[in-house]
Amino acid sequence: MSTPLVQIERLYKSFNSLQVLNDVDITIERGESIVVIGQSGCGKTVLIKHVIKLLEPDEGRVLFDGQDLVELDTKEITAVRRRIGMLFQSAALFDSLTVAENVGLGLKESHRYDNARISEIVLEKLDMVGLTEAAQKSPAELSGGMRKRVGLARAIAYDPEMLLYDEPTTGLDPITADMINNLIVDLNRQLNVTSIAVTHDMKSAFRIANRIVMLYDGKVEFDGTPDEIRSSDNPVVKQFITGSAAGPIHVR
Amino acid sequence: MDYGLQVIGRRGVNFVTKLGGLSLMLGKFLVSLKEIPRSLGLIFEQLYVLGVKSLPLIVIISIFVGAVSAWQAAYQFKFIGAPLRYLGQAVGKAVVIELAPVLSAIVFAGRVGAGVTAELGTMRVTEQIDALESMGINPIRYLVMPRVLACLFMVPFLVVFANFVAIMGALVVSMVGVDVSSETFLNGFRNSFKMGDFINGLIKAGVFGLIIGLVGCYEGFNTYGGAQGVGKATTTSVVISSVLILIFNFIFAIILFRI
Repeated sequence: MSTPLVQIERLYKSFNSLQVLNDVDITIERGESIVVIGQSGCGKTVLIKHVIKLLEPDEGRVLFDGQDLVELDTKEITAVRRRIGMLFQSAALFDSLTVAENVGLGLKESHRYDNARISEIVLEKLDMVGLTEAAQKSPAELSGGMRKRVGLARAIAYDPEMLLYDEPTTGLDPITADMINNLIVDLNRQLNVTSIAVTHDMKSAFRIANRIVMLYDGKVEFDGTPDEIRSSDNPVVKQFITGSAAGPIHVR
Repeated sequence: MDYGLQVIGRRGVNFVTKLGGLSLMLGKFLVSLKEIPRSLGLIFEQLYVLGVKSLPLIVIISIFVGAVSAWQAAYQFKFIGAPLRYLGQAVGKAVVIELAPVLSAIVFAGRVGAGVTAELGTMRVTEQIDALESMGINPIRYLVMPRVLACLFMVPFLVVFANFVAIMGALVVSMVGVDVSSETFLNGFRNSFKMGDFINGLIKAGVFGLIIGLVGCYEGFNTYGGAQGVGKATTTSVVISSVLILIFNFIFAIILFRI
């Protein structure tokens, strides 16, 4: 059996006195499309930031393709990061650069490609998200949905094996959100990537996921298929997916 | 009593944390220097944006620094009955040794240190620094190294101009307001001018530039808490830079200008 792409083992993480992740175990096989759901502030973003070593565990390990991220040196972690693309919640576009420069920045700074090849790749990726006409615009001129699409184009610039989506539909109108969901499903299929998306948007979760993990109180409360979560008897899960204020989940 | 001790303790821990963080930033900056060849474009951009664009401001403040020092020196001379032919000497020394390096650095901290912190702080809270890292780009090489290098080289560069302009400002005030001829003023200046003082002034300026760059980047990188956090970090950056500049200036006075 091949090594799972990501293994999160007994992960603990706290900020000051706030325990955010409290013994989290998740194993992700190649080709899976996982959605991590949970309340705002439950540690979903903190969890995926560990996968790309933007954060380091207080305790426990995160392995990517069998390598413990904490033990990697700068060169090795750079190599891992180039196998992963990440779409940030606010898209995190560099506002001093144009859309095309944003998408091509990682390629340019790797010094592996000449300018002509970078332009080709940038246009190809912008075409995949339907934004070739915005190439020379500045991020400030774009709508929220367009910014997310540019963020997506930037995340796939390297043809990554894995994509991380942080709240891909948050702050978007329902139609744009649906378009982003479709784009994610298409990209996952076209590029044959493994993906982890974190969201509290259940419509988005059901659209993207072939496996759903729910975090609650810093622990994994549920881990199963979309069908299993729909039929779950767990009151916490039920309350969350139906979006009810009444139930065991305390609202912070 | 307990509360007071808690506050002192917390402040003490913050101070040590900051000192450690700054040392760590300095270490990372030094390590990143080996990547200068592939960052030349970024470095030249910062030399221009942070340094060359500060020139008009430095020129303006230097004119008035020179002017007021000539005026105040003449006022003191009259008070103690000293001959005004020594005006060029007194003003020249004060400008080259102290006024040009220290005041240029403080103004540079206000303009550039604050700007660097606000820019990097905004990048931090909008996850742009995380995005750089996620793309395999080392933010120390991409953001910190070019900015710190630009500060390190451009503060001395600006001080050269500041020296010249301040002396000119002093000369004009001496001629017009104090009635000292330009020959008398410049003779006094020439007689007391020592190349060593000038070089020491530039060495100080380089260290002040390093402080401004490092503190600016450190505060920016450690910003949290949205717009309010960016504002707080920017203020802290200018305050810490200014205080460190004055402390190091005193240390330099003892080491470089022996009595």
